[in-house]
Amino acid sequence: MFIAFFYLLRAHGLRIGVNEWMTLTEGLSAGLHRSTLGGFYTLCRAVLVHSEADYDRFDRAFLEFFDGVSFDEPLPEELLDWLNKPEDVLRDFRAFLLAQGYDEKTAEEILALFAERLREQKEEHNGGSYWIGTGGYSNFGHSGHAAQGIRVGGVSRWRHAFQVAGERRYRDFRRDNTLDTRQFQMAFRLLRQFSSNAAGERTELDVDGTVRATCDEAGLLSVRYKRPRRNAVKLLMLIDSGGSMEYYASLCSMLFQAAVRANQFKELHVYYFHNCLSPYVYTDPRMRRQDMIGTEWLLRNFDGEYKVLLVGDALMDMYELTQKLYDFEAREAKYSGMDYLRRFCAQYPHLVWLNPESPPPAGGYWGRSYGVIADAVDMYPLSVDGLERAMKKLLVR
Amino acid sequence: MTTFQGTENYVASPELLDAVNIAMALEKPLLIKGEPGTGKTVLAQAVAEALGRKLIIWSIKSTTKAQDGLYVYDVVQRLYDSQFGVGGVDDIAKYIKLGKLGEAFSADEPVVLLIDEIDKADLEFPNDLLWELDRMEFYIPETKQTVRAKHRPTVIITSNAEKELPDAFLRRCIFHYIAFPDPEQMTAIVHVHFPALDETLLRQALESFYLLRGIGTIEKKPSTSELVDWLRALQLGGIAPERIAKELPFAGVLLKKDKDVLAAKRRLGL
Repeated sequence: MFIAFFYLLRAHGLRIGVNEWMTLTEGLSAGLHRSTLGGFYTLCRAVLVHSEADYDRFDRAFLEFFDGVSFDEPLPEELLDWLNKPEDVLRDFRAFLLAQGYDEKTAEEILALFAERLREQKEEHNGGSYWIGTGGYSNFGHSGHAAQGIRVGGVSRWRHAFQVAGERRYRDFRRDNTLDTRQFQMAFRLLRQFSSNAAGERTELDVDGTVRATCDEAGLLSVRYKRPRRNAVKLLMLIDSGGSMEYYASLCSMLFQAAVRANQFKELHVYYFHNCLSPYVYTDPRMRRQDMIGTEWLLRNFDGEYKVLLVGDALMDMYELTQKLYDFEAREAKYSGMDYLRRFCAQYPHLVWLNPESPPPAGGYWGRSYGVIADAVDMYPLSVDGLERAMKKLLVR
Repeated sequence: MTTFQGTENYVASPELLDAVNIAMALEKPLLIKGEPGTGKTVLAQAVAEALGRKLIIWSIKSTTKAQDGLYVYDVVQRLYDSQFGVGGVDDIAKYIKLGKLGEAFSADEPVVLLIDEIDKADLEFPNDLLWELDRMEFYIPETKQTVRAKHRPTVIITSNAEKELPDAFLRRCIFHYIAFPDPEQMTAIVHVHFPALDETLLRQALESFYLLRGIGTIEKKPSTSELVDWLRALQLGGIAPERIAKELPFAGVLLKKDKDVLAAKRRLGL
């Protein structure tokens, strides 16, 4: 039963290793789950989940695994047995321990301890402070619902677990929500490649090393140098502005602020375009005539070393992608929007598209351009999660 | 087995108590995350107090290195001493100063060690401590000494989620996220700070407080500590409870940004 739960959690995207699973087993052996579902829930979450961003995933997996166990209906047989019959619990526990690789002797010792605690707990009724706590075995002191085997306290622990899991209170922490600049900044910080790893000149004075070396030489000055640690990433950001992007103006502005404030790139260049790449980009989101810059110039001056971040909703009429666009400087209409996008992809091996819009239903009018662009580039949602994935993509390719 | 049940001055949710006890039973570091002002740091104090143990605090800064927590070898002092002919220069141990982690390991009785805001340091920092936290020992090559924990300290680590912590580190921790207290818990917390507070005042203040927290346009949401300050201000100012929701007096105590104050006033129609 536990192993299936393990794989279900992994299927839900929780990166749980054998380490944590062993810790959980240890906790179960120590009776930290108090033989209640509530206790089991708390123990599992504390040991297996490492971030509040995963709480929601865990809750959903937990609900799925213990599916159909609603608050008011009777609990499934096996769980009932497990929770309410001390002899069975001990027997199951022994089998479980042996299956987990404990030898007979250790298992017996653990079980003896376990039984002792059970006894104490019964005597104290709701002593509360012990491992097998109020919600669990203190229930046996009562006798009202013996046939059914559920005590009010026990039910309440169950209810508690499901209430907590069922409310999915941690939904807001899911990383696929869009949040604030700070989190965007943190995501941008993923985009780091320190050049000190590469062989370079040792040009920076290593103060600590110098002091240490000098003292080791009994005061004879021994200067030490180290390689400077600097981020070598050069970033080119192209943001869709105007039209349907107005809805996302503040989100894009936040992204821009975050990129600037992260202040850690070797170079950061930001340009604006409308809907899709065209013969011209602009240096200002208002896209006035005097802010125009030729896309050809851009391609000539920024080589493939730059990492390119395109931001846009990718929703437009198909003709904007396919029609050849007139270039005033070249006095010809040679490339379509899609051609420009392909040229960018060819020139920049590190290129991603961030999209604030969720995918439109396939086959719809707007869906066509979205699908065409998503096919051509790596597209990520403009959320903290999406940005992080995009940054990783930009780094590793 | 010692367990933590909260203290008179610290109101903890049952989940948090469970997490603390699980961490202590499994002898793993407890990693605590949560919004600023939800009592992450105070938790360690409460645990130390409840268990009657000494609390050792290691506050992490952006420049902190893992080595600082273990020991520092004061070579400069040793050089000075040698130049001015102070005795005992041969004894390197004299120039080894234990850091907070070293202090916790070498303590004669069990202690509580708080590693505060671990995410402030470099990305590599938590990984550099893996061995030491696992084995509860470290080696000082200068003196060929091994510092080993006489009693396994209870380790509590707080993080503000400024940086992602490495997986290898997370796998070794018991994790708990302190959710923002609901009005009921908040009432209990406030009562700890103000045993004799006017009920109407508290109710009105809490209502406005949670209303403010619910406004999406507010960037820096007020937290527990701000609420406590605000209640104190309201009390001292002798504000009548019915004026709280209407006027939001001393809004500056709750909201630290001009923009947020404006947003709140606009929203509340003030």
